[in-house]
Amino acid sequence: MLKHITSLSMAALVSLTFLGNAQAASDAIELKSGHWKHGGIFGTYDRAAAQRGLQVYREVCAGCHGLALVAFRTLTDLGFSGEEVKAIAAQSDFLDGPDASGDMFERPGKPSDRFPSPFANEQSARASNGGAYPPDLSLITKARASGDDYVYSLLTGYGEAPEDIQMAEGMNYNAYFPGHQIAMPAPLSADAVEYSDGTPATVDQMAHDVTVFLTWAAEPKMEQRKNIGLKVILFLLVLAGIFYAVKRKVWSDLH
Amino acid sequence: MSFEPKNAAVKWVEDRLPITGMLHHALYEYPTPKNLSYWWTFGSLAGVMLVVQIVTGIVLAMHYTPHVDMAFTSVEHIMRDVNFGWLLRYMHANGASMFFIVVYLHIFRGLYYGSYKAPRELLWWLGLVIFLLMMATAFMGYVLPWGQMSFWGATVITNLFSAIPVVGDSIVSWLWGGFSVGNPTLNRFFSLHYLLPFVIVGVVILHIWSLHTSGSNNPTGLDIKDKQDSIPFHPYYTVKDLFGLAIFLIFFSVFLFYAPNYMGHPDNYIPANPLVTPAHIVPEWYFLPFYAILRAVPDKLGGVLLMFGAIAVLFALPWLDKSRIRSARFRPIYKQLFWVFVADCVLLTYIGGKPPEGDFILWGRIATIYYFVHILILLPLVGLFEKPKPLPASISEDVLAKKPAAEETANA
Repeated sequence: MLKHITSLSMAALVSLTFLGNAQAASDAIELKSGHWKHGGIFGTYDRAAAQRGLQVYREVCAGCHGLALVAFRTLTDLGFSGEEVKAIAAQSDFLDGPDASGDMFERPGKPSDRFPSPFANEQSARASNGGAYPPDLSLITKARASGDDYVYSLLTGYGEAPEDIQMAEGMNYNAYFPGHQIAMPAPLSADAVEYSDGTPATVDQMAHDVTVFLTWAAEPKMEQRKNIGLKVILFLLVLAGIFYAVKRKVWSDLH
Repeated sequence: MSFEPKNAAVKWVEDRLPITGMLHHALYEYPTPKNLSYWWTFGSLAGVMLVVQIVTGIVLAMHYTPHVDMAFTSVEHIMRDVNFGWLLRYMHANGASMFFIVVYLHIFRGLYYGSYKAPRELLWWLGLVIFLLMMATAFMGYVLPWGQMSFWGATVITNLFSAIPVVGDSIVSWLWGGFSVGNPTLNRFFSLHYLLPFVIVGVVILHIWSLHTSGSNNPTGLDIKDKQDSIPFHPYYTVKDLFGLAIFLIFFSVFLFYAPNYMGHPDNYIPANPLVTPAHIVPEWYFLPFYAILRAVPDKLGGVLLMFGAIAVLFALPWLDKSRIRSARFRPIYKQLFWVFVADCVLLTYIGGKPPEGDFILWGRIATIYYFVHILILLPLVGLFEKPKPLPASISEDVLAKKPAAEETANA
């Protein structure tokens, strides 16, 4: 009898789990997969895509979105040389000081600076964007579930609103944004940037590239992490094998 | 066998402070039942995790800034600028989950084998005190990165105290150090998060002291009767625990290096914003069963009482369980009930992570009721009516009888 109760409750639990998942799946919007090179155990960042993504960020996104946690110096991770990084940093001006006479002054950026934010504060950002606040993108791919797929889907998810959706004033339809009404107008249009490596700048390509760049920006130590992880796990497997052999040997006089 | 130091210096110290002898007694010669399975590894693993959390935590505290304007960026500073800071932080964040996994298995092992029964009631209590301290520590630690879930989790949980009649609101203001979760809250949580692990160390010492006084339980639940039944802790269990540790560290590493944010919530990578409430405020997974119990009751005070009651009843377990047999191996009905109870706890965890709507409310209530029915009604009754299987004469006899059919242990 009790066995039946056990198996019944187990069955109930299992079916409930499936039910819950099914329900969650129908609620959530299924994201497009970007087929990332940075996925999986051995995945690394696609350097060329990330470099192009930096260009998209600087020429398109940076008008409204900051990247305040990322220092220029870390761009060498993406294959830029020290000189290139200096040149990129020098394109932005930073307020520094006070100098010896107590005055603040403007100077060109240095590799140790972090990406400048486009607005001085949240209020000014909202005032310039119809009340909406463009979030800082430093952690965006970690701050959303399946962040890389989400950003990629969002950037390519603009379109005409279906008839049954009543759009609010100044909002744009996006298939992947929760609620489908997003304040940000479609940021990418074909040939919005000109890639120096000759890659055609389609919306899909730019969305892909900038997502790779932002994924790196959010998790710059991923490659080091996976690399060390592999060595640690291989080491632990050998260690476990040795401990097991020693355990067998030590216990053999008992059996 | 007493400890006789051979080294003159060790002997000199031993004559004045018998600490080496004490350690020798506790870690070397401690007579341990010879039949402990790998379910007995989780106690030492919990000890290892406590040390991991303290060591990584101390280093993290050297780089962290407990201020509402700087906490979030200081955590990112650790992730980006501190050498191997990402490793320290991911170890600490995932380490908390690992600590709870290990401790939950340790507790369920105690439930299965009746490790809470006389003479181990105090040992069980000390374990529950450690569990409570862990929950407080983990909760306050989760607030420190000052992300959205940190802030709103802290708001929801501290607000529970407002359910206390008359003085509730005053208590909440006192906990916050203000009229909402803010900088004073963050500062005191940091202070207490640093303090409590050392309190845990103290209680762990008492827990082990009590363990070594009554001796380890074992899969048969029988007491050690003669020398045949026991073996010295070292080298037998040191090496067995080391093997268990290596396997556990592989499990830990998979999360740490390949899915470090799997057990976290994406919203905690958004800086805390008192003006924007997240769609679903959920605690860390290890609090979900209690969160489910809290939300199962439509009344706030009732929910809070029931949630704390869920742990309080565990303290009464040694007296609620009427069976004089310890191990579920010889208790055919309790064994079944145990697994139903495990399933119930899994269900509560699942419900705790779902929004309180639709069928989830009903299932949450059923699972909550069953949790208490199991502990308060079934456990006492079963002990009275159950007919236990015949017990082996001794641990040693059980081990010898088992030898041809070793699969049985795997199933137990």
